[in-house]
Order: sequence, then C-alpha cells, then structure tokens
Amino acid sequence: MEHRLTTPLTTDDVRRLHAGDLVWISGTIYTARDKVHAILRSKGRLPVGLDGAALYHCGPLIRDDLVISAGPTTSSRMARYTKEVVDKGVKAIIGKGGISKAAGNLRSQAVYLAYPGGCGALASRHLKVIGVHLAELGMAEALWVLEAQEFGPLVVAMDSSGRDLYQEARRSAEANLKRS
Amino acid sequence: MKRADLVEATVAVLARAETSLPGWVIDRIEEAARTETNPLAESQLEAILENVAIAAQDQIPICQDTGLPVFHLELGRDANVPFDLRKAVAEGVRRATDEVPLRPNAVDPLTRINTGDNTGPGMPDLVLDLVDGDALRITAFPKGAGSENMSLLAMLNPADDPLEFVLETIVERGGMACPPLFVGVGIGGTFDLAPRLAKRALLEMSGSGSGSSDAGLERDFLARINDLGIGPMGLGGDTTALGVKILTACCHTASLPVAVNLQCWANRSASATVGDEGWNID
Repeated sequence: MEHRLTTPLTTDDVRRLHAGDLVWISGTIYTARDKVHAILRSKGRLPVGLDGAALYHCGPLIRDDLVISAGPTTSSRMARYTKEVVDKGVKAIIGKGGISKAAGNLRSQAVYLAYPGGCGALASRHLKVIGVHLAELGMAEALWVLEAQEFGPLVVAMDSSGRDLYQEARRSAEANLKRS
Repeated sequence: MKRADLVEATVAVLARAETSLPGWVIDRIEEAARTETNPLAESQLEAILENVAIAAQDQIPICQDTGLPVFHLELGRDANVPFDLRKAVAEGVRRATDEVPLRPNAVDPLTRINTGDNTGPGMPDLVLDLVDGDALRITAFPKGAGSENMSLLAMLNPADDPLEFVLETIVERGGMACPPLFVGVGIGGTFDLAPRLAKRALLEMSGSGSGSSDAGLERDFLARINDLGIGPMGLGGDTTALGVKILTACCHTASLPVAVNLQCWANRSASATVGDEGWNID
C-alpha cells in the first residue's frame, strides 16, 4: 500500500503504516546522526522540538544552502538512542539498515522508514534547506532543517505493531545458511 | 611528467568517479532489476537506477558519502616523476573537495576533529604498483563508510572454512552495507596482507586486473550469497551481491587469515593516464 504523509505526524498516521508499505513524506524533517544524538542524551534536549517529527539519519552534502546529495547513513549506530527520541515525540525514524536491536523502543509510537541507501542524488531533488543548528559539528554531523517534498520511496521496514523486515530477511538468511 | 598534470588528472578522476558509475556496474544493477522477483526489492533497485541517472545528468555525487580518497597508482618503471607523488595527489583531493564538491569526511581518529579537506595523515591512501612503461595510471576508488564499517578480518583456525566465514559475515553485517554488494575476499597472507588482498580484489573486480583468481569458484560463491535472500538494502530479495572476487596468498602453515571487504552497489571508480605529453581520462 502507498501513503503520502505530511509532518508533523500523529500516532494515528503511524499506526496506519504496515511493514512493506511505501511512503512519500512532505514537510519539515530534521537530520540527526551520531553527534546530535549524543547531545540529545547529554543535554536532554535539542534546539528543535521533536513532537511529531521525522528524524532523518543523514549527513548531507550541502553547498551554499543547496542540497547536493543527501542519502541515509547506517542507522544501527543510532539505535542506542531510540528510547530518547521516541520519548521526545519522534514518530518516524528514517535511515538505512534498520535499528533491530532497539525495535522494542518504537513501542507502538513510531515507525522506522528505509530510504534506499546511496541514493543521495535522488534525495537532492526532493529536499530543500530551511536552516541549520549545531553547525559547529561540521557539515555531516550538524542538525539540518529540511523541507521535504514527496520524499521517497520510503519502505515501512519496522512498523508500530512490531514487524521488522530486516529481522525477517536475516532469520531467513540464517536458515538458508544452515541449509547450504 | 608534470606535477600539474597529475593534480589535474586527480581532480578529474575523483569528479568522474563520484558522479557516474562505471558502465559494467550499471549493467549489473540493470540486470538485477530485470530478474528480481521480490517487488519491494525491485523498487529499491529502480530507485538506485534513477539515482544514478540523476547524478550523471546533474553532475552531482551519486551518494552524499563521497568516501575517503583511495587511489590505485600503477607507476611505469621508466616514468620520470620529479616531484612528491603523495603531495600532488593530496593537492588534487583538496581541489576536488572544493570543486565537485565532496563532503569533508576525514577526521582525526582520537579528537574526531575534521580536517575539512579530505586530506591529513594517511589520507589520501595510495595503493602503489610498479608496472612496465613510462606512464602513470591513476584510479580513484573513493570508499564510503557504510560498507567499509561492515567489512571484517578474522584469523581463523586452518581447519575452518574461510568461505563459511565470509557468508556468516554477510548474514550478520551485509544488510547494513547497502546491498546489493560487491564482495572482495582476501584469503591467506598475514594479518595485514589479507585485507590488502580483499581491497585489491575490489579494485580488480571489473576483470581488468591480474592476480590469481578462480572465476568458477567466484561464480558459485556469488550464487551462494544470493541464495541467502538478504536482498537490496537488507529488506529481503534475490539480489544480495552483484560481484565477487577472491584473491589468495600463501600463509603460514599455522595460520588462516581471511578478510572480507564489502563494497556497496555504488562501486565508484575512474582512471586516467598521465605521461610526459599530458594526461587523458579513460
């Protein structure tokens, strides 16, 4: 099933999304990777409000406030912060590779959406720079405020009911490995 | 040869590698998109192909992770190089970082402070070979962190099966390395030679390189990887890897080093030749 959503997202939006569905998102989204998450943990807050937010695990390539290339980074590095971001109201975590170790922390409140890894050029056509916070962290690690327009295809990879496509693929790979 | 020619060639091969994939890589992704039976997996491969087309059209980096600057230099024994090779390539990297542009990725490993221009101690990383002739062939092979972080080295027991270790690594880590993957495997040598073989396996995968390699074994092993069903982006599907190369070296009778260097689908590279008369990009 296909969905077109606009941020801020609600819990109802999230609960309508099922693993394997495709989503295109419009509205404000925030980039956050290792250092922004570490700051959230140490300070307990970020310069932007996260209620209903879509958080994008991305270290973009930006020049003169133009998005040049902005695909996802590997989400497993940020899995350890899942409880904090969901507690702050984040409804959609966007990235690649999943956060299987922290699946329980989505707690029917949030979903994990997969953007195809490496597709930075495609993303550049659907994202505009609105602003930046924590710029002192450097281009890749700063918190960029982006305006998304029909940003996708995002695969619902981990849904609010607990289905996790990465775990399913991995379990079947483990079974196939034993058989081979 | 002139230093300025090598600097220009370095900028050109990095720009080419970052913005357009080699034809043989695109061919393999297109072939996979045609044969993939899982619709979700097919959607990922189609997005990848659209992305590759946009990058070439807009002359922008395929992926925002423009990688660390790794270069393969094949230096003719009779080449006249009256300058510091490393410094010339580094100058090209700094210029490309500004001109392409590239994301500054190089940081001090302890302070984590970004050098700002993709150069610094150890960067660029040069793989140097001496070959016949009087020219220098330079290949840019920018390496992103997503797949590099999922690569692995093991010092196995000689009784272990090294290919089993590679399969287990792909099951464990391959889904996070932006599959479909190109898999470089180095078996044998020493603790540090095995990963160098694995990196060289990636560099030589297009078939242009030399080195001992068993095409039948690689074909069968590629089929075993794809039978795992990890699929594009680890979401399940028929397409987990697009290529495998295995290089071996003798090892100690008591050792079995094995290294697996994973490369994401964005298998970026471009080459140029620099000689006394100037330079040409392939």
